[in-house]
Amino acid sequence: MASRIVVDPITRIEGHLRIEAEIKDGKIVDAYSSGTMVRGFEIILKGRDPRDAWAFTERVCGVCTTVHALASVRTVEDALGIVVPPNAELVRNLMFCAQYLQDHVVHFYHLHALDWVDVVSALKADPKKASDIAQTISNWPKSSPKYFSDVQKRLTGFVNSGQLGIFANAYWGHAAYKLPAEVNLVAVAHYLEALEWQKEMVKVHTIFGGKNPHPNYLVGGAPCSINTDESNAINAERLAYVGKLFEDAQQFVEQVYIPDLLAVAGFYKDWGAIGSGLPNYLAYGDLPMNGYNDPTKFKFQRGAILNRDLSTVHPVDGKNVEQVQEYIAHSWYEYSGGDGVGKHPWDGETKLNYTGPKPPYEHLDVEKKYSWLKTPRWKGNAMEVGPLARLLVAYASGNEEVKEVVNSTLKALDVPVGALFSTLGRTAARGLETKLIAGWAKEFFNQLLANIKNGDTRMFNNEKWDPETWPAEARGVGLSEAPRGALAHWIVIKDKKIANYQLVVPSTWNASPRDTKGQLSAYEAALIGTPVKNPDQPVEILRTIHSFDPCIACAVHLYDEKGRYIHQIDTF
Amino acid sequence: MIDKPLTMWQHMQLQGYTRRDFLRFASWLAAAAGIEASGVGKVVKAMETKPRLPVVWFHFQECTCCSESFIRSSHPIVSDIVLDKISLDYTETLMAAAGKQAEEALHNTMKKYRGEYLMLVEGSVPTENGGVYCCVGGRSALDIVKEAAEGAKAIVCWGSCASNGCIQAANPNPTGATPIHKIISGKPIINVPGCPPIAEVMAGTIVHLLAFDRIPQLDGLGRPKAFYSRRVHDTCYRRPNYDAGLFVETFDDENARRGYCLYKVGCRGPVTYNACGVMRWNNGVSYPIQSGHGCIGCSEANFWDNGPFYRHLASFPGFGIETTADKIGVAVGAATAIGIAAHAVSTNIRKRKLIREDIEISVPPSDSKKGGA
Repeated sequence: MASRIVVDPITRIEGHLRIEAEIKDGKIVDAYSSGTMVRGFEIILKGRDPRDAWAFTERVCGVCTTVHALASVRTVEDALGIVVPPNAELVRNLMFCAQYLQDHVVHFYHLHALDWVDVVSALKADPKKASDIAQTISNWPKSSPKYFSDVQKRLTGFVNSGQLGIFANAYWGHAAYKLPAEVNLVAVAHYLEALEWQKEMVKVHTIFGGKNPHPNYLVGGAPCSINTDESNAINAERLAYVGKLFEDAQQFVEQVYIPDLLAVAGFYKDWGAIGSGLPNYLAYGDLPMNGYNDPTKFKFQRGAILNRDLSTVHPVDGKNVEQVQEYIAHSWYEYSGGDGVGKHPWDGETKLNYTGPKPPYEHLDVEKKYSWLKTPRWKGNAMEVGPLARLLVAYASGNEEVKEVVNSTLKALDVPVGALFSTLGRTAARGLETKLIAGWAKEFFNQLLANIKNGDTRMFNNEKWDPETWPAEARGVGLSEAPRGALAHWIVIKDKKIANYQLVVPSTWNASPRDTKGQLSAYEAALIGTPVKNPDQPVEILRTIHSFDPCIACAVHLYDEKGRYIHQIDTF
Repeated sequence: MIDKPLTMWQHMQLQGYTRRDFLRFASWLAAAAGIEASGVGKVVKAMETKPRLPVVWFHFQECTCCSESFIRSSHPIVSDIVLDKISLDYTETLMAAAGKQAEEALHNTMKKYRGEYLMLVEGSVPTENGGVYCCVGGRSALDIVKEAAEGAKAIVCWGSCASNGCIQAANPNPTGATPIHKIISGKPIINVPGCPPIAEVMAGTIVHLLAFDRIPQLDGLGRPKAFYSRRVHDTCYRRPNYDAGLFVETFDDENARRGYCLYKVGCRGPVTYNACGVMRWNNGVSYPIQSGHGCIGCSEANFWDNGPFYRHLASFPGFGIETTADKIGVAVGAATAIGIAAHAVSTNIRKRKLIREDIEISVPPSDSKKGGA
């Protein structure tokens, strides 16, 4: 007998996402992913000054703040033929690195960990044993029995207060939780430490961009001038501050995040065979070492992998109108050419047309349109994007650093290469790239210091700032890698104003509904085969969905085979 | 579940804090919130007798930047807030439970603490087309917000989305995005605008409610005076450059490298009420102007439609630091719309001369007919 479960809201994500999944014999046999909120950015952007677009698009997401701003300034610069000074490229890279470091750590501890870590079990831990474990896996100094005993005492007090707050009513005690009490206690301690640490990391954004979330960007460069003889500019003190933040970050990643990730993963190796999903991976690549216009010198390579064939990396071109196209067969939009066509973003249209059930509703009509996300395809293929896609494309492109870190991790965990294509693989890939980025950030930082030492303090290219210098019409594309995957913006500028602006974001690739041909996107595909022991407490669904680090809000409900809810999930 | 929740003092005892620690914390709280020494006793008494405040945090049309900002708070740090000071019983961003269990947690709090829980809202509510543009659990945000508001003790609107509609309410506001105060009446509503608000402003608002058990003094737009009574321009460390007529002409020019005033490259500091110049961001590290970019006015209603960001203001009302938002009134929200004729700067002839050559007609405000402000 098949039953359908609905999870709504899926928490510990950004945004509003709803998952409906059919379960048979304890496994998911079909799944539907729906984005249930829309704001109409592309409509609002029309007619605006292209130089302002970064500020608008940055507000698409406050969790992966900065990434849309970066994609946006690149898009406008591409359209207008602006090359930014090397220092601005380096500052953008440093902000990129800071974003990844903060975002991935927060994802691991605060959004994903509670799928694997049983907080209540930590109350039963022996602090001495927890200390032994912590000291075995890392040199991190906060690891004494007293330290873990204090954390446990605090947690006990919290639980005994009867007000469980953010930990209330979760799946504690579920058979799927497998960590020993002591590992749970270590993880809870680091949950709190990571929460405190993350607010430090973002200060890189504050120094270069004035604030976080949502630091400032600038078409043509970066807004922060360098002047080593001035207190009102980027000077030695500001740079030393940035250097210290990255030093601390590398320590935190190497001594806390990575050891915890490996320790936890060791108890969940079975998840290396669950949640594999699509066999196709797409990465635009990022972190330029020789400017954005030279993708051969990126830290993360650009390319596509089809059918898990790592021997071939297919070239990816954002300007080729045959490559990236968006479909709306199952999305609440209207196209001038009808529902069957795909549109390259330069010709993209955003016309809202809700045809779903009138709220309050029990379920969506998944045979028709069921999401506010459009469905992007690369040469007609459904693609997974994100840390795993980035690592695979880099690996297949021969990136030695990536190969080394991937191979050594597979060896340490004693799992086969195939384990990469899984829920666990995605979660591990996120950690591994964080480790690489912590190292790369220092390279970029040193390069910035070297440039300044050599007398280059330029931060902004003024040549095309004045709209009078622009052509009557221009088109651009800006490619980037957000923490959650391949991100691109497309712009058409006419008469100095935005005539069309389209964004294809990572979660659109991963969380979109099926396409015209019925091909599933990454979330839907990955959920198929995922076991669900207890449909009342579908923690397994959260594991696989969270392994993608969703950037939309979702919802989950439970039906029986006739579409009737097993569990009515009232919002209040 | 224990029926009667513990008071904050009992709670701290359980965590091993001594009476002395407790009193020190209470004094700190009082000081942080600006209470004179004689008021410390009141704070101590309040904490001895009150359970942690039940709080529910909703997410509607938003980008989660407010939640992200909140967890950046340095005083108090966020783990101390959520573990020791409040009981954050519902927040889609951080809570462990999901789906049905998340909804149950919310429901329990709304029932058990009816009339007592604090409601926090992040995001605007779309009102067009029956609210289909934002649904959670199959229900429209509009439906949810109305029901939750009924049993709330007070509502805090985090950020510009909930306070004034923010970006989705920008012209042409395709979804009818609407701020909370236009939907709910009859409840105390505190607007904490900004995109996002400064972390410590968010924490400070919570601390104020906890420590004094009353709504902070608000201005005419419902914003806590403690954080929104001064213009960024009037508290800006670059203000002397403005007064002296020293301006950045274009980004990264010689003047930019000296840290001159950013007025000519579009700074909205003169029409923006916020604490950026005083508290700065991320525990005082910097703020937009200090890092070389003009203020974009993110805490003001309709700031997205107040002209291109890099076109400087045609004029703005009021010059002196004695000016507060209430004296100028809501006109500040759309200062560039007023035009030079109505509000020509008149108080300082010398400064006028300096900026006269740059005065131009600013773009008219877009017609934010739906929602917004």
